[in-house]
Amino acid sequence: MSTSTASLNQKPLARGIRSTRGTGLSTQRKILGALFALPTVVMIATFFLVPLGMTFWMSFNRWPLLGKHKWIGLENYSTALSDSNFLQALKFTLEYTVIITPILLVFGFGLAVLVRRGDRPARFFQSVYFMPVAIGLASASFLWLFMTQSQIGPLWDLMRRIGLISATSNLFAGHWSSLMVVNAMVTWKVVGLQMLLLLSGLQSIPDEVSEAARVDGASGWQRLWYITVPLLRPTLALVLVFSVAGSLLAFDQFYIMTSGGPSNSTITAVYAIYRNSFIQFKLGYGAALSVLLMVILAIVSAIQMLLLRNTDHT
Amino acid sequence: MISDIRRSLPRGAWWVLNLALTVLFLSPLVVMLSMAFKSKGDQGHIPPTLLPAHPTLASFRRLTSVQGLNIFHNLLNSVMVSLSATLLVVLFASMAGYGIARTKFPGAGAVFFIALASFMIPFQAILTPLYMLLKTMGLNNSLVGLTLVYITFNLPFALFIMRNAFASVPTTLEEAARVDGCGTIRAIVQIMLPIVKPGLITAGLMAFFSTWNEFFAALILVTSQEKFTLPVTLTMVASGSFGQIDWGSLQAGVALTIIPCIVVYLLLQRYYVSGMLSGALK
Repeated sequence: MSTSTASLNQKPLARGIRSTRGTGLSTQRKILGALFALPTVVMIATFFLVPLGMTFWMSFNRWPLLGKHKWIGLENYSTALSDSNFLQALKFTLEYTVIITPILLVFGFGLAVLVRRGDRPARFFQSVYFMPVAIGLASASFLWLFMTQSQIGPLWDLMRRIGLISATSNLFAGHWSSLMVVNAMVTWKVVGLQMLLLLSGLQSIPDEVSEAARVDGASGWQRLWYITVPLLRPTLALVLVFSVAGSLLAFDQFYIMTSGGPSNSTITAVYAIYRNSFIQFKLGYGAALSVLLMVILAIVSAIQMLLLRNTDHT
Repeated sequence: MISDIRRSLPRGAWWVLNLALTVLFLSPLVVMLSMAFKSKGDQGHIPPTLLPAHPTLASFRRLTSVQGLNIFHNLLNSVMVSLSATLLVVLFASMAGYGIARTKFPGAGAVFFIALASFMIPFQAILTPLYMLLKTMGLNNSLVGLTLVYITFNLPFALFIMRNAFASVPTTLEEAARVDGCGTIRAIVQIMLPIVKPGLITAGLMAFFSTWNEFFAALILVTSQEKFTLPVTLTMVASGSFGQIDWGSLQAGVALTIIPCIVVYLLLQRYYVSGMLSGALK
């Protein structure tokens, strides 16, 4: 009798204790969690959100390095749209993107197929092809700058020996040869990443699908085009968006290897922003160009996503 | 298709093709090392020789004396900036990752969303105001300012990794630790951290590589030579003196910049590959 009343009395009491302790603990934990997130929030707010807002604000101002800035509305934007240097830089950035992207896709796919076997030697070769990804773009550029120098560069010498170039040629004197040198360096440096991504896509396609088509009499190319490529579409989309975004933001390789030359023909969009903001110190104008670049990047990425999603239904 | 290529490509051809590609991929590194260790006379040889006739450290030594440059100073800058940025990125991202995944504080979703959204904005586009901002804070031409910027650029991805890592630890495990009388902090350090270790390594590795190799922000935000990090220091070497570029020293500098990356890559390849994959598939 006494035990049962005791237990009857204890039950709500215990529940009461547990629930108050519970809410106390969870509020305490939420405060702790928020405190834990504080450094990250402060950093992102200060060094990302504030400058992002400032980019827009500065773009409506004439903003010299020293002295007062002045609100000029959309003038920077209207200047940009008739600035032949900037338009030329955009055109070149597009040209570079259109050339390097298919190179990376095709070579990346080829390497992925080569190492797909996945046994020990294949894994060894995979890690060799991926190694340059770990190297910085700047150091890779300085390395290739030397390799392609006239007379003393080993790659230049090899190209001359096999008759690709003459004994007096300077690869950085022409627009196309400069661009091709940069393309070769970039391919060496980043194609391992494309390989890795496409490899992970390939490995998700079961062998049986392709095998069944082969039994049904589809040729190798038919199977590549009608089975592998459609099944690989999500990965291809990803690799495409990656390569395009990376190329639209190119700077290091051109700054280091071509200095924008010959005669400013390899100035990229980011390079143009750099020159306006930090060489001529037209910071407001540089900010306006940055906004335009962000808009272009967003549009291009959205178009790629839409195109690759829509073709799903055909 | 793949099996078809495999069939049409005999094992022998597969080996030949891969070995040729391996030579192709590794030869730039051989060129770099060979040039870095050549003597001054060897370096100007036309046509260039394959290997140094008399290997010497002279090119590295010149990097410590030419044009008031001491590359070891710049090497130290690089080490300090990338190590402190990496440590703080991993620390902040683990704390925030735990908070977001485990305590569901109000606004946790918003913090995560804003961090993810910042992936969409290229940092090149906000560098102009960032330069002004650091100037206002008195952190222009400062390695502290550069480190703060690097931490911010690398936080979103690290946060993404760490939030997912903490979210995948079973809730019961942490509760059990607490029932056993562990405080929250002790439960995190002793129970949770060992489990999320792969995430910690991946996040740290990605932050290290990106800060060690970063060029554009370093070029803009740091202006005096003694504060340069390695990649920007190389522009000094490449600009030459009196119209003469010391290509041997440039390659010695490139080697100093690249070798740590290769060593870390070879040691922690697994984590680096998984980091690159999750970075792209996020």
